[in-house]
Amino acid sequence: METLHNAKVMNRFDLTKRLVAKLKDEAVIGGIGNSNFDLWASGHRPQNFYMLGSMGLAAPIALGFALAQPQRRVFALEGDGSLLMQLGCLSTIATRAPRNLCVILWDNGVYQITGSQPTPAATARTDFVAIARASGLPQSHWAADEAEFESLVDASLAGEGPFFIGVRVDSQPAVAQPERDPSRIRDAFMRGVGSKG
Amino acid sequence: MAEAAMTWHGVITEVLRRSEVRLVTYVPDNVLRPLIGEIEADPFFTAFPVAREEEGVGIVCGAWMGGLRGILLMQTSGFATLANVIASLPCAAQIPMVMMVSERGTLGEFNLGQALVCRTMRPVLDALAMEHHTVTRLDETEFTVERTLRQAFATQAPACLILSPLLTGGKTVKA
Ligand SMILES: Cc1ncc(C[n+]2csc(CCOP(=O)(O)OP(=O)(O)O)c2C)c(N)n1
Repeated sequence: METLHNAKVMNRFDLTKRLVAKLKDEAVIGGIGNSNFDLWASGHRPQNFYMLGSMGLAAPIALGFALAQPQRRVFALEGDGSLLMQLGCLSTIATRAPRNLCVILWDNGVYQITGSQPTPAATARTDFVAIARASGLPQSHWAADEAEFESLVDASLAGEGPFFIGVRVDSQPAVAQPERDPSRIRDAFMRGVGSKG
Repeated sequence: MAEAAMTWHGVITEVLRRSEVRLVTYVPDNVLRPLIGEIEADPFFTAFPVAREEEGVGIVCGAWMGGLRGILLMQTSGFATLANVIASLPCAAQIPMVMMVSERGTLGEFNLGQALVCRTMRPVLDALAMEHHTVTRLDETEFTVERTLRQAFATQAPACLILSPLLTGGKTVKA
């Protein structure tokens, strides 16, 4: 098992594209800022939800969705600062244990979008995968490199979750941004996942 | 409505069931205990506690976007943690995230902190222009709860039901 401190530092946009390339009808909930911006830039899909505010809620939104549509897999893409704000949700996810949920953590160690201030977790060398495991999510792993990231995604697409994939990423900002129209984003997502229209 | 349902919590449980609100998330409150107990005992519902009220907002919104109706139960102090997520998620994206708040801080409150935070609740709901109703009477509970749910889902708007101590008895200690 890879630990935080020898996992390779990768690039969020590159890995988001690798994830999206593997998807068919899975739902993806992109967290605040860079997580959803890079999801958008990786090629819009009708099953993507771009969360514009409510920092820290990507994983809870994905949990609710996973309960509503147990036949469809759902990914939450969340930044480390965001997850740090809502760590309790890992215990809730562990309690419900949805088989169709995978949380991907982009750990750049900073609040990139607000000026790259280090997070307290980075300063304290907090290990989010260890937290996820200790919260009751045994299928939690750091991706050592791009190849392992891809194989962890493959495993989450084939197996029974919940899964948690920790990824160390550089502090590059996102390359593009979705249109900021929350109800339109929500409506398009609902049509994309068949709960409307 | 069945005879057995004629408690405030019995009426609410039955209205939630009839309105197909299957998902119930909550942060516990002593006054809500009989309601949570009844819901947890009924296999119709998927009910569970969350670590923080904000999380419940996310879960209920995500579930509705996936086609499952939900509600978030909490006390007044929990509501006071929510302005940012309510504004930025259900209000902005037009999601019928329904909340039910057991009202602490009024009509015999013993905890000053509760009394103070209670004063922020309706101003926040009004500032967000959210539909909210305070339920004070057993004979109005069915109508108010059912119509609030119906309107929230029909208009895709978040809403809040406040359960007054006049309805629930509230929580008191001897002075
Ligand atoms: C409740 C709340 N507090 C603070 C902010 C301001 N804010 C927006 S994004 C952000 C940083 C997000 O950090 P992270 O999740 O690590 O993503 P990154 O920007 O590093 O990609 C902050 C502090 C906010 N939107 N909401």
